[in-house]
Amino acid sequence: MKVRLAYSKVGKIRFLGHLDMAHLWERAFRKAKLGVAVSAGFTPRPKLSFGLALPTAGESLVEVLDVVLDPAPSAERDLDDLAPRLSAVMPAGVEVTGAWVAGPQSIQEDVLATTWVLAIDRAAHDTAARVAALVAAPEFWIERERKGERRRDDIRPGIFELRTDFDPSVLPADWRSEVSASALVEAVVTTSGRGVRPTELVDALFPGDEPWNVMSRVIRTHQWIERTDAPCAPFSVRARKELPHEQRIAVG
Amino acid sequence: MTSLWSRVEPLLARVRKPARYIGCEDGAIEPRHGQGKVAWLLAYPDVYEVGLPNQGLQILYEILNERPDAVAERTYAPWVDLEALMRERGIPLFSVDAHRAAGDFDVIAFNLSAELVYTNVLNMLDLGGIPVHTARREPSDPVVVVGGHAAFNPEPLADFIDVAVLGEGEEVVGEINDVVRAWKASGRTSREGLWRELARIPGVYVPSLYDVVYEGERTVSCTPRFADVPATVTKRTISDLAQWDYPRRPLAPLTEVVHDRLAVEVFRGCTRGCRFCQAGMITRPVRERPAEQVRTMITRGLERTGYNEVSLTSLSTADFSGIEDVVSSIVPDPTACGAPTVSLPSLRVDAFTVGLAAKVASGRRSGLTFAPEAGTWRLRKVINKLITEADLYGAVESAFANGWTRTKLYFLTGLPTETDDDTRGIAELAAGCVAIGKKYTSRASVTVSLGGFVPKAHTPFQWFGQNGVDELQRKINLVRGAASRGVQVKWHDPRASLAEGLASRGDRRVGRVIERVWRDGGTFQEWSEFFVLDRWLDAAAAEGLPVEWFTTRHRTEVEILPWQHLSAGLHRDFLWDDWRASLDEHGLPDCRWTPCYDCGVCTGDGLEHVVASPIPPAGGSQGTGQDLARGGDVPVVVRL
Repeated sequence: MKVRLAYSKVGKIRFLGHLDMAHLWERAFRKAKLGVAVSAGFTPRPKLSFGLALPTAGESLVEVLDVVLDPAPSAERDLDDLAPRLSAVMPAGVEVTGAWVAGPQSIQEDVLATTWVLAIDRAAHDTAARVAALVAAPEFWIERERKGERRRDDIRPGIFELRTDFDPSVLPADWRSEVSASALVEAVVTTSGRGVRPTELVDALFPGDEPWNVMSRVIRTHQWIERTDAPCAPFSVRARKELPHEQRIAVG
Repeated sequence: MTSLWSRVEPLLARVRKPARYIGCEDGAIEPRHGQGKVAWLLAYPDVYEVGLPNQGLQILYEILNERPDAVAERTYAPWVDLEALMRERGIPLFSVDAHRAAGDFDVIAFNLSAELVYTNVLNMLDLGGIPVHTARREPSDPVVVVGGHAAFNPEPLADFIDVAVLGEGEEVVGEINDVVRAWKASGRTSREGLWRELARIPGVYVPSLYDVVYEGERTVSCTPRFADVPATVTKRTISDLAQWDYPRRPLAPLTEVVHDRLAVEVFRGCTRGCRFCQAGMITRPVRERPAEQVRTMITRGLERTGYNEVSLTSLSTADFSGIEDVVSSIVPDPTACGAPTVSLPSLRVDAFTVGLAAKVASGRRSGLTFAPEAGTWRLRKVINKLITEADLYGAVESAFANGWTRTKLYFLTGLPTETDDDTRGIAELAAGCVAIGKKYTSRASVTVSLGGFVPKAHTPFQWFGQNGVDELQRKINLVRGAASRGVQVKWHDPRASLAEGLASRGDRRVGRVIERVWRDGGTFQEWSEFFVLDRWLDAAAAEGLPVEWFTTRHRTEVEILPWQHLSAGLHRDFLWDDWRASLDEHGLPDCRWTPCYDCGVCTGDGLEHVVASPIPPAGGSQGTGQDLARGGDVPVVVRL
C-alpha cells in the first residue's frame, strides 16, 4: 500500500542533506519495524520516493514522502499509528505530522508551488523596498551554470507572491528569535519547470551579496497542489489547500 | 560551560557537508556536565566521515559516560572551509555533542590511527585555544592525551602532549579519570604534579618526565627524571574481550561516513606474525569474543541503529573460530528488507574464506579484495605472509566461480630484500588471476593496489631502511610496465610514504618538523589534495635534520631506538631474531595453534590466547610445513 507521509524538518537537523535524509528514512522504517516493499532486480531498493528536494540548511513544516508499506497497514488505527512510531525513531526536529493513503500520482506531479519564509538581517537591509521593487519588476534574469553549460533564465514569472506583511504564527517555536530580530519575507514560487530556489530569491532581492550572508534562515511553510477548480497562476493562487487536508481516505 | 552553537550555526549554511558538525547521531549521549566530574573531549584528528566510525573512540565515549564521575563529548577536525570561518570569527574548536569549546574540557584525548594526522593534532589544539607546546600550558588548560596505534611511538609528539597511553583503553581511562578528578579536587596545582601521578598508572607515558640525550643524530639515552617514574612503559591489554561488549549503543551517523554499517569486533590481536604489520604485533595476544556475544551484539546493534549491514571486524576475521557459527545464524528479518548483509573486512587469501564471503554476500557481487602483499613466495617468506601461489589462485578461482567479476589485490613494494623479480612477480600474479577470471566472465578484471612499505616501531622491520621516493616510484613503474591487459595498477603516492616514515620512526626532534609543516599550512596530510612533500623536506632542512637518517637508513642492533623505553610486550630479542630470520627467508608459524615461541607478550603480561576452539579454522594456521591439519590438539585456553 502506498502511503503518503507529511513531516517537518526544523532546527539542527536542517543541515542534513536530501540524500542523507533519504538514507535516514530507510533506517527509520527498519527501526520502527515497518516493512517497506523493495524493487525487483539485482539490487533491490526500498520503495521510497521523496518530493521536492529541500536544500541543505533549509527547514520545512511540510515535507512529503511516499512509501510502499509491505505488509500494508490493516486498519486506519495502524495508519494513525505511523506518525508517532516514525517520529520516535527520527532525530529531534523531524516530526511526522500525518499519514494518508496516497493516490496513483507521484508527489512531483502533484506539487506545483511552494511557500518559503526567509529571515533577512533587518538592520543591514531595506527589505520592504527591495520586495516592492521585485514585485514591480516585469522580469528578472539570472545566470547559472548547470552541467558545464551557462544558462540565463527569467525567474520573475516563477515568483507568484512576495510580501513582507503576513502572519508569522505558522512559524515553529525554534524561529522565535528570527521572528523578533529579522525582516521576514514570504514567497510563493513555482516548483514545476524551472523552479526558483530560496538562494535565487535572495539573489534577486539583494544582487551581488552572498545569499547566506543576507539570509539567516529559510523555511518551507506550504506546498501547493493543483486543484481542478483553481489552476495555479502567477500572483493569483487561490483555493489553496494544504496537503494534510488532501485525500484522507479511510481504510480497513 | 556554555554552548557555542549560536555562533557556529550561522556558518553552517556556508560550508560543505554541515551535518558533520551537528551531532544528533543515533547513540549520541546527552552530556551531563557537573561538579566532581572530569570532562573529556574525545578527538579524532581527521574529518568527521573518517573519524565517526572509529570503534576505539566510540567505546571510550560510552565507558566514560557510564561513569558517574566523568562526561565525554566528541570532536573531529573541522574541514578547511569551516576552519577558515572559525578562525576569522575567533570561534574555537568545539564538541559536536553540545558545541562546547575545547578549552572548557579537563582532558582532550586524541585517537591516533596514523602518523600523517599529527599536524591536525597541533591544528586542533591551536584552534581550541590550547597552547600547542606542553611546556606553555597552564594548570587550567586541558590535559592533552594521545592513544591508538600510532601512539606506540609518540616521540615526535613529545613536545605537544601531556600523556601517551599505550595499548587498549577500556580500563586505563578510568584510572586516568580518577587521577585527574583528584587533581581537580585538590585545586589544580602544577601540571608536573599531575604528570607524576599519571605516570604511576601502568601504560601511561608522560614524555616530559624523561630526559633524552642525543649525540649527533643518535639517541644516546632516555632516562626518567624521577625515581618513581618507570624506565619502561608497557602497554595495557584487557584480558577478556567478553567483559567489554562495547559499543552497546553504537553511533549511527546521520550523514554518510566511510564505514557506514554496524561494526562488531569479533576478536582482538593477531598472531599470524606478518612482519610488516604493526597492528598485528602491538595488539597481541588473540582474544576472541564468544560467538554467542557476537550474535547478541549483532541483533541489538541492528535493532538500535536500523542498519541492515554488519561488518565483523578484526585483523583477520576468517580466523575467528566462531565464524561459521555466527554467519549461519544471521537470518532474514521479515520486517527489514531481507537479511542483513554481512561484510568481512580483511579477507584471508584462501578458498574457504571466499566460500564464506559468498555465503554472506547478497545482491551484486562486484569486487573482492585479497592481500598477498608480495609478488613471490620467496618475498612472502621474508615478510611472513605465508600464502602460496596455489592459495591465491584457489581463492581467485573461487571468487570468479561464485559470481564476482572484479578482484583487487593489495601489495606492498619496497619490502626488505625485494628484487626486481619480486616486484615483477606482482604483475605475474595479477596476470594469472586475470587468466582465471576469463574462464568465467569476459568482464573479469584485476586491480593491483600498490603501497610503499613504511617500517613501523615495535615490528621486526623497525630496523629496516625504507625505500626512497625514487626507488618506490621505479618499482611502481616496473609493475605498471609489466602489467598485462585486464590488470589495472593503482598506487599510493611514494612521497607520502616518505613523510609517513619520518613521522613513524622519528624521535622528539621530528616534532619541530611537524610543527613547521603545520605552521606552513600543512593540515590534512592524509589527503592528497593537501599533501606537499616539499613542506616536509623544507621543514626538516630548516631544523637541520637529515630525512634519510630517519627513513632510508638501516638501523643497527646496538642502536637505541627512540621508542626503546616503550614496550608493546614484545621482547627486543624476539623482534631482532625475527628480523634476522626474515632476511634468511624463514617463516614463523601462528602461535595460536602451535607451541609458543615466546615473543614476550603472554609471558610478560600473564595473558593467554583466548579462542573458542582448539581447532584451527579451515585454511590452517600459518607456517611453512608446520601447518596443523584441522582437528589437531593445540595448547590454548578454550572458552566453551
